[in-house]
Amino acid sequence: MRAGSHLERVMEKGLFAVTGQLIPPKGNDAGGVKKKAELLRGYVDAVNVTDNQRAMVRMSSMAASSLLIGMGLEPVMQMVTRDRNRIALQSDILGSTALGVKNLLLLTGDHPCLGNQVDSKNVHDLDSVQLIDCARRMREEGKILGGEGFAGEVGILIGAVVNPFGDPFEFRVVRLAKKIDAGADFVQTQPVFDMNRFKEWMGMVRDRGLHERVHIMAGVVPLKSAAMAEFLRSGVPGITVPDNVIGRMAKASEPAEEGIRICVEQIEELKEMEGIHGVHIMTVDWEEKAGQIAEMAGLLPRPVLW
Amino acid sequence: MIKAEQKPVDEILGFLDAYKRILLVGCNGCAAVCHAGGEREVAILAATLRMARKKLGQKLEILEETSPRQCEPEFVDALAGKTEDVEAILSIACGVGVQALAERFSEIPVYPGVNTMFMGKTVEPGVWVERCQACGNCVLHLTGGICPVTRCAKQLLNGPCGGSRDGVCEIDGETPCAWQAIYDRLKATGQLDRLELFVPAKRWGRESRDRGPRTIVRGDLKQ
Amino acid sequence: MGSFVPRIVAFCCDRSGYRAADMAGGLGISVPETIEVVRVPCAGRVDALHILRALESGADGVLIVACHRGNCRSLTGDLAVRARTEHVHEIMERIGLKRERLELCNLSVQDGPKFAETVRRKFEYLKELGPNPTR
Repeated sequence: MRAGSHLERVMEKGLFAVTGQLIPPKGNDAGGVKKKAELLRGYVDAVNVTDNQRAMVRMSSMAASSLLIGMGLEPVMQMVTRDRNRIALQSDILGSTALGVKNLLLLTGDHPCLGNQVDSKNVHDLDSVQLIDCARRMREEGKILGGEGFAGEVGILIGAVVNPFGDPFEFRVVRLAKKIDAGADFVQTQPVFDMNRFKEWMGMVRDRGLHERVHIMAGVVPLKSAAMAEFLRSGVPGITVPDNVIGRMAKASEPAEEGIRICVEQIEELKEMEGIHGVHIMTVDWEEKAGQIAEMAGLLPRPVLW
Repeated sequence: MIKAEQKPVDEILGFLDAYKRILLVGCNGCAAVCHAGGEREVAILAATLRMARKKLGQKLEILEETSPRQCEPEFVDALAGKTEDVEAILSIACGVGVQALAERFSEIPVYPGVNTMFMGKTVEPGVWVERCQACGNCVLHLTGGICPVTRCAKQLLNGPCGGSRDGVCEIDGETPCAWQAIYDRLKATGQLDRLELFVPAKRWGRESRDRGPRTIVRGDLKQ
Repeated sequence: MGSFVPRIVAFCCDRSGYRAADMAGGLGISVPETIEVVRVPCAGRVDALHILRALESGADGVLIVACHRGNCRSLTGDLAVRARTEHVHEIMERIGLKRERLELCNLSVQDGPKFAETVRRKFEYLKELGPNPTR
């Protein structure tokens, strides 16, 4: 065991893992965070806490993760390389583990021009692969970048994000391999809407045997409306939404229900796919539906492991 | 102008390991002015590389060219006739020149022979210093003609940090403090009132370097 | 190795080294025949490229004979050639060429015997060292 986290135990046992998502508020209301988090209890193994997602100023992921720990929920704390240099990133790895965080998800982050701070400096002192490497060294060698040691141990499960839908397509598997080599224990994919492309990508992943070296969590997003589907397609980098999905959402009399149906169908298909070890349900501020989706997709009850 | 410095010969040799015939291209613009990539440096580097390879018992044929300016498409085009049977191109222009060649000759690997260092001025022959970071929104009117973005190690816009002492920066006890220089200069020019101004946060993401490559379009010149 | 005869190129300042070489000849002091003397108006005129070209085209060693320090008629030629020699030494080390193959020495007009001695010493050194591996 590297981290001793619940998520790690689920993965190590070879069980199909389920994670949820909590987006910290644009504000400092701890009660609101707890209320949202409560909606996920029992339905997921761990909760991803996003880090100023879409380059919007929000409550920090470390603070929100800490609130979850206080409630007995397990966070997957996200960290982006956009806003902090290596001093702050390493400091926050030490700080978050001191607060009880055991799962990290390390990613680049959306460009500031997509958020509400378009004038800000882009830090990217490290890129995501370098940060994964840095976190692994902290865990395995007990050293920060540059080789200096620190007191204590950093028991963390290291997560990364991969996007099977970005270009250049062939490069995506290479990038996954680099993240695994750097130290990723698990990866989450961008939301799967284009199942054909995802299958093609998974084929390439299996050809290189990568699914045997890392736990792959497929990302899913329940759509609320055709407008949301359109927004994801055109307004969010790295997400593709095929016409048939948009069409189904547009035709549905109850789009929200249709969105959940699509999501459940996707999970059922993903569950059967060789090399997929779990799903990451990104509810995007629609936490109350996580339980329903998990239930319908036959993911409940979640295992209780000690 | 842009200042550059030749890469270590062993690093360059590493790039060229697999090749027997290369084109070495200098630039008579900035790279020549700072003695990193002009005609003379092309000849010196070519001789050095040939000798190094001969010592290893491997021949390296080097075609030597120096372009008037590698950042101009017409001069890059003029090199097209020289690339026949060339396995790789080594450019000792600045990074702009290297990329211009890579864009133009899409089938031939292009390697950099210099490290592009900065935009700066000559202090004395053989000594150059950085003076501009092309931040995209000049503040020199506020700072007595001394650039805090370039010359302050923290890029501070509202005066010196606590580490300025006896006119020297905290980083090494040698680098002049940009804000001491700004203060002295504004004092000498009777403009000390400018120090009172609050300079707002720079727009790094909109008008500066943090939003991909910037472009200038001059409609009156465009064809 | 026994038959190896080193070739030396000597860049000689017209105001010192060249005259010293001339004097050596006049005095009948023998110097190795494989030396090629290149007459330069001032040692400061010798460029890194000249040195490298000499080495590349077959010289086993290069001598630069300049005026004594502070004696340069062009004021700073002796200093310029010193810095340049240093620069070429660095290049030589980078490509695995012994820096001793290139030597800068300072002579005066009357140093005919010393010139001959310097060349002979260099010749013996190079003979011991072997041929220039990069030519």
